Amino acid sequence: MTDEIIKPENLVYKKPSLLNDETMHYCPGCSHGVVHKLIAETIEEMGLQEKAIGVSPVGCAVFAYRYIDIDWQEAAHGRAPALATACKRLWPDRLVFSYQGDGDFACIGTAESLHTLNRGEHITMIFVNNAIYGMTGGQMAPTTLVGMKTVTCPYGRDPRIHGYPLNITELAAHLEGTAYVTRQSVHSAAAIRRAKKAFRHAFENSMQGKGSNLIEIVGTCSSGWKMTPVKANQWMEEHMFDFYKIGDLKDK
Amino acid sequence: MSKIVGTVVIDTAKCKGCGLCVHACPTKTLGLSSNEVNHKGYAFAVVANDACIGCASCGLVCPDACISVYRTKI
Repeated sequence: MTDEIIKPENLVYKKPSLLNDETMHYCPGCSHGVVHKLIAETIEEMGLQEKAIGVSPVGCAVFAYRYIDIDWQEAAHGRAPALATACKRLWPDRLVFSYQGDGDFACIGTAESLHTLNRGEHITMIFVNNAIYGMTGGQMAPTTLVGMKTVTCPYGRDPRIHGYPLNITELAAHLEGTAYVTRQSVHSAAAIRRAKKAFRHAFENSMQGKGSNLIEIVGTCSSGWKMTPVKANQWMEEHMFDFYKIGDLKDK
Repeated sequence: MSKIVGTVVIDTAKCKGCGLCVHACPTKTLGLSSNEVNHKGYAFAVVANDACIGCASCGLVCPDACISVYRTKI
């Protein structure tokens, strides 16, 4: 019976062909893998594999260039938007996107991120926010929620000592230069389908020169949060979405 | 009346056993191997029964892109 079903004409879902066979270095259940798949699928569907340039960050996604078969640049920590600006200005017909985590985008690279968005560079910035510094071992990030425990705030984030979490996507929505600002997640099949539409819209905006586009993906860090991947998704739904509300913040 | 049937092919060498596909499966078709691990030491995803409807939820949520989904009408 199974052999009768496994035929090329019955195939409904497979690994995107732009994603190569290298095993990703991410921890089991990491949201990055799904985001990589969505990028690869969207570029493939738009037929832009020869025209896409990604800029990978410093952080967990530092090796993003290993997995998707398009052109890549590797930026210094937080400087991916600056490098993406240069790429887009030198090759205006290319699809240029930066791929950054919360430490890269909302901490060390805040100046580059906000100014690039405000200048209205025709690029897409993909910002994966898991509210923690994953690669370095689960320290508190600017995006860590109030009361959330990390290895550097073991009693929970206290605003009197650590300040408040930075909702940088809300800030970006108020900037003149941004064309499309959205916040999505990839914790369920339905959410992934919605996120894919956001990628398509942002990439189309970039190619049409409508301004800068920001896609925040609220993700999990099961290793840093010290939970199973399934539990981490549930925790994210219960706690993260109150502060990081899912949906389009701006669509010009 | 025709019935929709599906099945999945899992790249067990790449699977990291995160269990997201097992949780996402609406028909409880998938499970994790109980007495076998891959070369990296992960208990990988396996097809536990033939209830699959080919909805592709498992494929969508798999972070390591190890699942191919097939669907047909019989």
